[in-house]
Amino acid sequence: MEEKNFICTACPMGCKLIVRMEGDEVVKILGQRCRRGETYGRQEAIAPQRMVASTVRVVGGLHPLLPVYTKGTIPKRRIGDVLAAIRAVEVKAPVKATQVIIPNVIGTGVDVIASRDMPEK
Amino acid sequence: MLTKKQYDVVVIGSGPGGLAAAIEAKKGGADDVLVIERDVELGGILLQCIHNGFGLQTFKEDLPGPEYAQRYINEAKTLGITFLMDTMVMDVTSQRKLYLTSRDLGYIEVDAHAIVLAMGCRERTRAQVRIPGYRPNGVFTAGTAQRWVNVEGYMPGNNFVILGSGDIGMIMARRLTFEGAHVERVLEIQSYLSGLSRNYVQCLDDWGIPLQLQYTVKKIIGKNRVEAIEAVAVDDKWNFIPGSEEIIPCDTLLLSVGLIPENELSKKAGVLLDPVTGGPYVDEHFQTSVPGIFAAGNVVHVYDLVDYVSMAGSEAGRSAAEFALAEKERSARYIPLVPGKNVRYIVPHKLDKQALENGDISLQMRVTKPIEEDVWLEVHGEENSIVRRSERYVRPGEMVTIVLKPKMAAEVEKAGRLTVDIYPKSEA
Repeated sequence: MEEKNFICTACPMGCKLIVRMEGDEVVKILGQRCRRGETYGRQEAIAPQRMVASTVRVVGGLHPLLPVYTKGTIPKRRIGDVLAAIRAVEVKAPVKATQVIIPNVIGTGVDVIASRDMPEK
Repeated sequence: MLTKKQYDVVVIGSGPGGLAAAIEAKKGGADDVLVIERDVELGGILLQCIHNGFGLQTFKEDLPGPEYAQRYINEAKTLGITFLMDTMVMDVTSQRKLYLTSRDLGYIEVDAHAIVLAMGCRERTRAQVRIPGYRPNGVFTAGTAQRWVNVEGYMPGNNFVILGSGDIGMIMARRLTFEGAHVERVLEIQSYLSGLSRNYVQCLDDWGIPLQLQYTVKKIIGKNRVEAIEAVAVDDKWNFIPGSEEIIPCDTLLLSVGLIPENELSKKAGVLLDPVTGGPYVDEHFQTSVPGIFAAGNVVHVYDLVDYVSMAGSEAGRSAAEFALAEKERSARYIPLVPGKNVRYIVPHKLDKQALENGDISLQMRVTKPIEEDVWLEVHGEENSIVRRSERYVRPGEMVTIVLKPKMAAEVEKAGRLTVDIYPKSEA
C-alpha cells in the first residue's frame, strides 16, 4: 500500500490529508474535516485539478486588462495550455461579469469567464 | 453631484468592509448613505486579487476577488446609496464632520450622524523592514506588483526573489510564473509559513518554487537596477548566521512582509488605537472610542479571509445606522440660537426644545455696540415672537440675560430657530 500526503486547497483550513492507495485506486482518505476534503484528496491522488485565473487584453476599457477565470477546475497538467489560450484572446469593452470569454477552453469542457464588469473608458 | 451636506451614514472606503457596511446601513433604515472612495471605481484591493478562493463562506462558491466585489457593488447600486469617487477624505473630526477633496467637485464639507471607517490596510515597505544596501529600481511591495500585472498590464521584472511568505507574495509567485517570469525563491524570516498553507500548495509547490524558512535578505545589490540580493539564514532571534550568506542573482525583489491597518484619519478623529493590532479599539458593534464612529475590516485588524471582512462590515453598518437614526431624532429636537440685531453671540448656541418643560433656560449674550437709551430685547422664531422685555441701556461690557420660561414652550415648539434682536425702542 502507498500513502500520499496532501494539503487540501478546497478551503482556507488547509487540512492535512493522507490518501492510501492500492495501485491506482484510492482505498482510504484520512485527515479531512469535510466532504470537499474527501473529493479533493481522491482527485489529487489520481488526477490533480486546478482553477486558473489570469487576464486578457481588453480594447477600449477602463483598464487595459480584464481578469478572467475558469468556471470550474481543469487538469493541472493542462494549465500551461489554458494560459496560452487565454493569452491569445483580446476582447472589446464593455464586458459584463461572468460573460463567457472562451467557451470550452482547449476542449476541457470548462468556460473561461470574465471576473468583473469592464466599462468603456 | 452631491446634493446633501448632511448624511445619516458616511462610509470611508469601498472595499469589502465599506461596501458591506453601506449596504447594511441602508437596509438598517439609514436614508442617506454616502460612500467615499479615493479610486475611480468601487471594490478596493479585491479588484487586483484576480485569483480564486473568495466567497466560500458568503456565497458557497469559489470566486475570484473582482467577482466577489462585483456582487456587493451590484447590490449597493440597486439600493440608492450615494457614491463619491476619486475623492480623498482630508480630515475627520470627533463631531463627525468630514473634509473632502474631490476631482469633480473640488473641496467639500460633509456632516454625518454616523461614520464607518473602512480604509483597509497597506503594505509594509522596505523602509519598515530596514534592508540595507543601495536603493535601486526593482524593489516593490507584492501588492504594487499585483496591481501592475493584473490591472495595469506592466511586468515589474523578469527574475524575482520574494521576501516574506505572506499570501500576496505566494500568490504573486504563481502569477508571475504564469506571465512568463522566473521566481527564484521565496524567503521567510520566521520558522513557519506566514500565509495560508493552501497557497503554499497551489502557488509554490505546484510550480517548484523553493521556500526557504528562517532566511532573509541581508543586502540588496545593484546601483540603478537590482542585480542580486544577498540572502542569509537567521536563528530563532532573527540574528544572521555568519557563513550562511548566498548571493542570488535577480532583477526584482518583491516584499510580502505584512500589512498595517491604515488609520491616519482615525487618529485625526481622536479614535484610540490598539498598539498590538494598529487598529481602533472597538466594542462588539465595531464602535470605536469616539461615539458614532465605527470601523470595519482590515482597518481594525488584518483578516485572512474576505468573507470575515464582509461580516464585520455588515455589523458595523447595521450599528452605524442604528446610531444615526437615534442621533437624527435627538438632533431634530435641537434648534439653534441665532444672534440677530446688535447681538454678538448667544450662549447656549442651541437648545433642546423638550428641555423647556423641565424649567427656565437663561440665554446669555453680549451686544455688538452700546445703545444708551431704552431698548427692546426680543426673542423670536421665524414667524412668531416668543418673549420681549426692556432695558434702560445695553453695553458690550455688560452681559445681557433673557430667560425662557416653561409657559413659552408652545411658541418655541413652532420655531425652527430662535433669533435674538436688541434695538432701541425708538426704532420699534
